[in-house]
Amino acid sequence: MGAPHGGGPRGAGAPGAADAPAALEALRGTGAEIRDAGPGDAVAGVSPRWVALPGDTEQVAALMRVCASLDLAAVPTGGGTRLHWGRPPERCDLLVGTRRLNRILEHASGDLVVRVQAGTAVEDLAGVLAAAGQELALDVPSGGRTVGGVLATAAAGPRRLRYGTARDLLIGITVVLADGTVARSGGKVVKNVAGYDLGKLFTGSYGTLGIITEAAFRLHPAAPARCWTTVRLPGPESWADPAGVVGPAALATALAASQTEPSAVELDWSAPSGAVTVCALFEGPAADGRARAVQDLTGGHGPGEVTGEAPSWWGAIPGGGAPDEVLLELRVPPASADRALRAVAARGLPARVRGSLASAVLHVALPARTGGPEFAAFVSGVRDDVRPLGGRLTVLAAPRELARRVDPWGPVGALPLMRRVKERFDPGRRMSPGRLAEGL
Amino acid sequence: MTDTTGATPAPGPVLDRAARRLAAVLPPGAVITDPVRLRTYECDGLTHHRAVPGIVVLPETTGQTAAVVRICNEYGVPFVARGAGTGLSGGALPRTDGVLVVTSRMRRVLEVDLPNRRAVVEPGVTNLEITEAVRAHGRYYAPDPSSRQVCTIGGNVAENSGGAHCLKYGFTVNHVLALEIVTPDGDVVTLDADDPGYDLLGAFVGSEGTLGITTRVTVRLLRAPEAVTTLLAAFESIEQGGRAVSAIIGGGIVPAAIEMMDALAIEAAEAAVDCAYPAGAGAVLIVELDGPAAETALRSAEAERICRESGAFELRTAAGPAERDAIWKGRRSAFAAVGRISPAYIVQDGVVPRTALPGVLADIDRLSAEHGIRVANVFHAGDGNLHPLVLFDDREPGAAERAETVSGRILDLCVEHGGSITGEHGVGVDKARYMPRMFTDDDLDTMQLLRCAFDPRGLSNPGKVFPTPRLCGEVPGVRRGAHPLVESGRAEQF
Ligand SMILES: Cc1cc2nc3c(=O)[nH]c(=O)nc-3n(C[C@H](O)[C@H](O)[C@H](O)COP(=O)(O)OP(=O)(O)OC[C@H]3O[C@@H](n4cnc5c(N)ncnc54)[C@H](O)[C@@H]3O)c2cc1C
Repeated sequence: MGAPHGGGPRGAGAPGAADAPAALEALRGTGAEIRDAGPGDAVAGVSPRWVALPGDTEQVAALMRVCASLDLAAVPTGGGTRLHWGRPPERCDLLVGTRRLNRILEHASGDLVVRVQAGTAVEDLAGVLAAAGQELALDVPSGGRTVGGVLATAAAGPRRLRYGTARDLLIGITVVLADGTVARSGGKVVKNVAGYDLGKLFTGSYGTLGIITEAAFRLHPAAPARCWTTVRLPGPESWADPAGVVGPAALATALAASQTEPSAVELDWSAPSGAVTVCALFEGPAADGRARAVQDLTGGHGPGEVTGEAPSWWGAIPGGGAPDEVLLELRVPPASADRALRAVAARGLPARVRGSLASAVLHVALPARTGGPEFAAFVSGVRDDVRPLGGRLTVLAAPRELARRVDPWGPVGALPLMRRVKERFDPGRRMSPGRLAEGL
Repeated sequence: MTDTTGATPAPGPVLDRAARRLAAVLPPGAVITDPVRLRTYECDGLTHHRAVPGIVVLPETTGQTAAVVRICNEYGVPFVARGAGTGLSGGALPRTDGVLVVTSRMRRVLEVDLPNRRAVVEPGVTNLEITEAVRAHGRYYAPDPSSRQVCTIGGNVAENSGGAHCLKYGFTVNHVLALEIVTPDGDVVTLDADDPGYDLLGAFVGSEGTLGITTRVTVRLLRAPEAVTTLLAAFESIEQGGRAVSAIIGGGIVPAAIEMMDALAIEAAEAAVDCAYPAGAGAVLIVELDGPAAETALRSAEAERICRESGAFELRTAAGPAERDAIWKGRRSAFAAVGRISPAYIVQDGVVPRTALPGVLADIDRLSAEHGIRVANVFHAGDGNLHPLVLFDDREPGAAERAETVSGRILDLCVEHGGSITGEHGVGVDKARYMPRMFTDDDLDTMQLLRCAFDPRGLSNPGKVFPTPRLCGEVPGVRRGAHPLVESGRAEQF
């Protein structure tokens, strides 16, 4: 490492109180709005010192150059709806909010492509696209989420079954690295294999590789009609029934394989007891007929109810999003979903499970008052049960006294490679250090 | 071991030693050093780039592949992976001073898991073999490059290959659920779509063999659609055809495929396979829709109406698989057919926003007239992926250069319109020099960070994709200030 450019003094850690005014002045010099951080700005419990609101990519780059020269650690944030998710950063001097980066740069409706700044709220974008009869088929839960935040947390909604997730719809990205380098990859065409796809790398990166400032997406025509078919199944005891009562996994498998082509098959369940609700979405000109056609797939569970409205829980992450929520993500190969659900039920905690049944990507919410030992036993017990199935359980959010008792990810074979990527992109460990996993 | 050449060993002796080590870890016959046999691997589908590989190895397992890569590391020799060698950008061009790792002995379908809609295969399995393994169950593997009978899934992953049907279904990257790779330093790692953290799986797909060797692929299987309708529409002009494409997409229809051919491409196809497209057509459009029967019927009626309103003078709808094949026959044969009307040709691959198609095609026409070089256009119209075939006579002095100029100018047009220099054939050696037209130095340096994370020694397919290969150590660990390239003495290279 050479001497920092810009010549500022650099101690062992962040600048002490004495040079805070100098840091503030340098940050203001970037043209971004700067204010002192308040109690609402904490990132997983760690309070930054300042908040910056840049107005364009150039200001983000200037901020990162100041951070580099003064060795300040930065955490990017969008709507701030998921700042309590993930691990606490090892250090955090500056919160970089993207809220002012909220312009839709180009909506090429004839090309079904949109380019936006990363701070654009998902709802605002949806409104503009709807006016042109189009949509970004990423039905993430509403409530102030920004495009950049959705990418950084790799969020997805029910229709992942049909359209994939953020990484499948992203066609171009602009990022600012820890040293202020502005880099782009991809572009604004749906088909493009020139160079590495940095967009994929930044999807799910939680701000640890750099700051996403712009993104381009492929769009879809909004479906002319939508119908939902809802089926209620009895609780887990009956799935093991030798008479062969259809369990959720078999139902989802049948739906996903059927010629009716559902766009989503979701599950809502309050464990450990109680009926399971399974609901499939059909989109397109013949949606109603297709929604009715699946009724004979529902086994002995009677005809499903066909509605023109989604059930109230549709697409909502269980747990409510409060700062003390306990939220996990459970993934298994879809045909093993019953066993995964039983693994949750077996722990005896009042868990709420909801998510994409046909893809078997499920959110599991536990009560905020769950005790540390119970939580640890839940995580290790479910992991033991789903590991042989090829599944995994990840802690998305948990108060610190719970989170510290478990490894949030469980074993990930690619973690050493991810660490090598982090070392190359952010050798000074200034971008949300430690927020995603140890060493990332 | 004695080195007879002195202090700085020439590649020869180093390779000889490496070959002996390789033979010790591979089955008999899996190490090729015979010059005549080596020559059969000297190029891929882009035949004017040639290099005889130093050594060819044919591993049968992941463990053997990892052992090969570790030996390459030990001797510091580069390695290049090769599938079927159908690549069109020189991605599998061997290194004379290195090892070519051919996957032709890793060809097993390891697992078909219907309930989970996936299959696990070795990298040397061909694209079509995957579909054949599951067809009886009403499933298929969606990405369908025209080369699917021969190209390997390992090559598809490396190139992020597409096909005519990727308009609706997406590319290889949207259909790969997990990969087992041998990293450039010889470790075996699984990249899984279900892993939390950075999407290394997504970043690896399309990396053209520069981030390691794929040894196992888990692919998504789709149900075969209930209904397929195929429409052939003939137009007097390419502009009318282009208008129909825009109107179909603008009308909220997402066909499985929309392919277009211009008059010259039609002429070539007629001469080669007698496809009997409507006489006098300036352009033909193939529109294929698939999905639930009720929806497909409605949508194809709409598409037909739109074509007619856009000026189609003849419309044919395939009544069954035989008629569908007849419609596709001309399109499928187009590349090879052009070989019959021209002694030589360049296959170009570029992308423009779909709505820019008419303007860009007119510009290509102008370029063609200006340089006296004929260009036949066959393309994936739905996603703006052009495949201009630039025709020339290689016996005519200067013709190859003019063709090269036209071909390069077409890529400029793509970039000027906000498109890409490659939609599916990859960068390889062929287009590395065009990368700076699309990306800044900072963009390329940032991509290089990923490269260095995976391959700090630069041994995995070096010299491909990036215009100026350089050692990872050359980039300062931390860059500060606005002009690091000037500092590193690289800025004046472009
Ligand atoms: C007639 C014809 C039609 C074509 N049509 C299409 C089309 O419609 N769509 C399309 O996208 N492409 C098309 N192509 C291009 C080509 O077939 C694809 O790029 C294909 O994916 C290459 O596969 P391959 O096995 O031949 O790979 P190769 O040519 O052997 O290698 C291609 C690249 O992949 C790397 N590679 C190969 N195997 C591995 C591995 N196991 N691990 C890591 N890297 C590896 C190589 O190093 C090289 O960089 C066509 C080619 C021809 C000749």
